[in-house]
Order: sequence, then C-alpha cells, then structure tokens
Amino acid sequence: MTGREVALVAGMTAVTFLVRYGFFALGERVAFPPLARRALRYVPAAVLTAIVVPMVLLPDGAHWQLGWHNAWLLGALATGLIAWRFNHLLASIAGGMTVFFLCRWMIG
Amino acid sequence: MTPVRHPRRRTEVLAGARDSLPMLLGAAPFGIIFGTLAGPSGLSPAGALAMSLCVFAGSSQFIALTLLASGAGLAVILLTTFVVNLRHALYSATLLPHVAGLKQRWRIPLAFWLTDETFAVVQHRYGAPDLSPHKHWYYLGSCLSMYANWFFWTLTGLMLGRSIPRLEHMGLEFAMAATFTGIVVPMLRNRPMLAAALGAAAVALAAHGLPYKLGLMLAALAGVVIGVVLEELS
Repeated sequence: MTGREVALVAGMTAVTFLVRYGFFALGERVAFPPLARRALRYVPAAVLTAIVVPMVLLPDGAHWQLGWHNAWLLGALATGLIAWRFNHLLASIAGGMTVFFLCRWMIG
Repeated sequence: MTPVRHPRRRTEVLAGARDSLPMLLGAAPFGIIFGTLAGPSGLSPAGALAMSLCVFAGSSQFIALTLLASGAGLAVILLTTFVVNLRHALYSATLLPHVAGLKQRWRIPLAFWLTDETFAVVQHRYGAPDLSPHKHWYYLGSCLSMYANWFFWTLTGLMLGRSIPRLEHMGLEFAMAATFTGIVVPMLRNRPMLAAALGAAAVALAAHGLPYKLGLMLAALAGVVIGVVLEELS
C-alpha cells in the first residue's frame, strides 16, 4: 500500500464511521430536521445517475457517443429496461452485461 | 403464572445471521466485482482488502474505484464518500431509540457495521412484538455475517483478478455502470425522483469538464434540490 492509499482508506473509514456513528454517539439529544430527511431520499438517485450517465454517453471521457456502436449505451439501456420491468438487480446486471459483451463482440 | 422466556443471546446472534442470508448472497457478486476491478482501477490488493475491512460500505467503495480510475483527487473521493453514505445517518437516527439504552462499547461496533442490508433486517426484528432484551445480539449476528461475507468475496475477487491477465481490457468496468443503473432505475417511480435524476444527469454532462470531479458534486446538489422543490410543489 502506498502512502496515498493509506490516506484514502483512512479518510474513507473516518468519514463513513462518523456518518454512521453520529446519532448513536449523541443519543437522544438530537432531532433530524424533516427537510434534511426529505433531501436525503434524493441523494442515491442523484449521485448514481450523475456518475453513470457520463460514463455511458462519453465512454472515453471526452467524446459524445450517441450511436448504436456504443456498447456502453446499449448495455445500460438493457440494464435499465430489465430493472424497470422486473425490479430485479442481479438479473438486470446480468442482462445488461450480456448485451454489452455481445455488442463489443459484434462491433469487433 | 409462567415467566416469559426470551430467546437466548446465542439464539439471537444465529437468527440475525440466518435472516441476513439473502443479503449475504446478494452482496457476493459485488464483493467479487470490487475485488476483481481493484487492480485495473489502480488500487493495490492490500488497499482493496483494507477498504473492505475498514470502510465496509459497498457503494462508496465502488464509487471510489471509479473515481480512482478517472484520476480524481483524494478530497473529491472523500466528499463523494460522505455524500453517498449520508443515508446511513438516516438509518442510525431510525435505530437510535433501540440502541439508546446500550453502552458505547456496543454502540460503536454496531455503528461501524451498519449497512443497508443490516438496517433492513434489524429494523424488522426491533419491530417484532416480543420484548426480548437481547435484540442487539440479533443486530450483532447480522453485522458479523455481513462483515465476514464481504471480506470473503473481496478476497475471492482479488484472486480472480490476479488469475485472469489483461482483465482491464475486457470491459468489466461496465459491471459498475450496470450495477448503478440497476439500482437507480427502480427508484424513479415518481415525478420528483425522475426529475432529480434527469437534472443530475444534465448537470453532470454539462459540467463533466470541470476539474476535481466538481461536476459530480454540482450534479448531486442540483438533483436533490430539484427533487425536494418538486415534492414541495406537488
């Protein structure tokens, strides 16, 4: 492990533990404001979408690829469709990866 | 009058582990993917194991790999970890009434091991009508099984990654994009949630050229604001 990795793991450990332990530490002296509670529900969808969409539409990190030759786009669409229709996470990942690898194989 | 018999501690630990079984199976592929992709993303095997043992938060570990691979800095990864793990504060706030009577030597490990899966299982147990004084042993059982499971599958993924050369050219990174897509799409069942995701996507694309992955933070913020505002209006 490099020094940078130690810092990374130590930092992530501290941040994650403080978030999990905060309320347990304070006991019942705190109340969660309703607005914060509501805002938190949107965090996973917002963060994950913000990560995935550029990965899929700009696979090389710089150039738009909106055509049928983009295996990332087709694979993600397949994943999304299966997830929407069946609400089964592992099935949607497996289906999406199948489409992704088929596309890459056909494009060559 | 017969005295009420509560389940013993050991029974509670085993029940917690048993009820977490579906979650153990569900976490396995993600542990494998995390371990397999660590190397190609630029994280050493020791770093990957340390992350699974010390951080113990699957989604932020995945995101950290993605960010590492894209060359993001430490501050960005830590800030993203904080935002992604904020939901755990909601879990601990929900469980607080049940653990408030425990000593800190219980609360500290139970907080460290609090995951989405354990929260779901434990909340169900605390909701059960029996007045067992040992429900935190059930919580512990779920934690320990999830922890051992995550370590085991990370290690398996690392060994798999080592035995298959040139893994980084196989397009396995797509597994992460697929995982995130599969998690997000079923969340988009109402208009504010859909708008939050679309807004976040638009901002992320518009701002993807900004340094330090600032676009990600802006996009998350925009998505949350859009969702809350639309919810207020409807």
